[in-house]
Amino acid sequence: MGIKIVHYINQFYGGIGGEDKADYAPEKISGVKGPGMGLQAAFGDKATISSTIICGDSYFNENIEAATEVILEMIKEENPDVFIAGPAFNAGRYGVACGAVCKAVSENLNIPVVTGMYIENPGADMYKKNAYMVETTNSAAGMKDAITKVAALALKLGTGEAIGTPEAEGYMARGVRRNIICEDRGAKRAVDMLIKKIKGEEIVTEYPMPTFDRVDPAEPVKDVRKAKIAIVSSGGPVPKGNPDHIESSSASKFGKYSIVGIDDLTPENGETAHGGYDPVYANQDLDRVIPVDILREMEKSGEIGSLHDFYYSTVGNGTSVNNSKKFAAEIAKDLLASNVDAVILTST
Amino acid sequence: MVKEIERMGFPVVHMCTVVPISITVGANRIIPTVAIPYPLGNPAMTMVDEKELRRKLVKKALKALETPVTEQTVF
Repeated sequence: MGIKIVHYINQFYGGIGGEDKADYAPEKISGVKGPGMGLQAAFGDKATISSTIICGDSYFNENIEAATEVILEMIKEENPDVFIAGPAFNAGRYGVACGAVCKAVSENLNIPVVTGMYIENPGADMYKKNAYMVETTNSAAGMKDAITKVAALALKLGTGEAIGTPEAEGYMARGVRRNIICEDRGAKRAVDMLIKKIKGEEIVTEYPMPTFDRVDPAEPVKDVRKAKIAIVSSGGPVPKGNPDHIESSSASKFGKYSIVGIDDLTPENGETAHGGYDPVYANQDLDRVIPVDILREMEKSGEIGSLHDFYYSTVGNGTSVNNSKKFAAEIAKDLLASNVDAVILTST
Repeated sequence: MVKEIERMGFPVVHMCTVVPISITVGANRIIPTVAIPYPLGNPAMTMVDEKELRRKLVKKALKALETPVTEQTVF
């Protein structure tokens, strides 16, 4: 049967259901399911997926430690040669789950791990050092290519074959340095690079510097009883009917909505446009996503100075980092013009 | 979004359920919440208890906005 593999997928690819089943607890089934079929076809008789573990994305992310422990136990029972998770593309919770399980398997069971996801998936930054993480497209349209690369890496890891560079194999750099023999010595390579740079030609660094994009914490508000507080959310809260038609995923815009005269959000005046979580609870009572009712009461009792007349909202589901930055910069300008002092930002 | 708004000088408190994601994206004041589909509520509770839970979380968030921090802090 060749190499023995265990595969991890979410409730959607496991055929259990969509967002309404995202709280599905981990389950192990024998054989392949969903994208595992493509993997198995790519392996031929060189490897066998002995079992598949299915877990709901919300279940995993709301119970990271407990879920990891259960899943780890399921994998341990199988004692595979290689563990594969995903690919998760741009599904954030799925990507985090794939990365977290890979990290746990690699560290606790010492089994090689492969996963795949889109570069902007939050799971990528969090876990790319802990697994061979194939860089995929942002949607499952790139499944075939992702499967090919994941399968090739898994076979190499299972047979102990040497793994090539991130560029050659299609995985994200893990920050691992390996000695190689170059024809030219370092001084010559450096001078060659400098000359190219002076000529305006393209150069490829041998050691890319890590990028840290951090913002220093802002000064706290002195007294919230005097502060004007604004609400911003990536959970997709919108007035009933979603007047701006904010997309349920990969949002191209944000909305600015008046809450003047609204003391409580209800099924009549609010809903969520977000397509990345089960909307039932938000649609019943949108205060569960943006706490307008409480902030209104606090405004009346003097616990806060005032609540800004508008809330700002977009859908964080699959929305690109560039768009999010652009939305937030525009929102911040508006907050500045409105003399807002501090912001409560909620995410789902 | 948290980062871009904070860049303009506003203290931002991020209320979210998956704290590791919030840390990765660079939020500086973080309040862990209840669940992904209902960060500030719990449909299993009575309306009164649910509102009390939400009040507690908002109070915690306001406290965080009043607290000086020098690094990413989970309250």
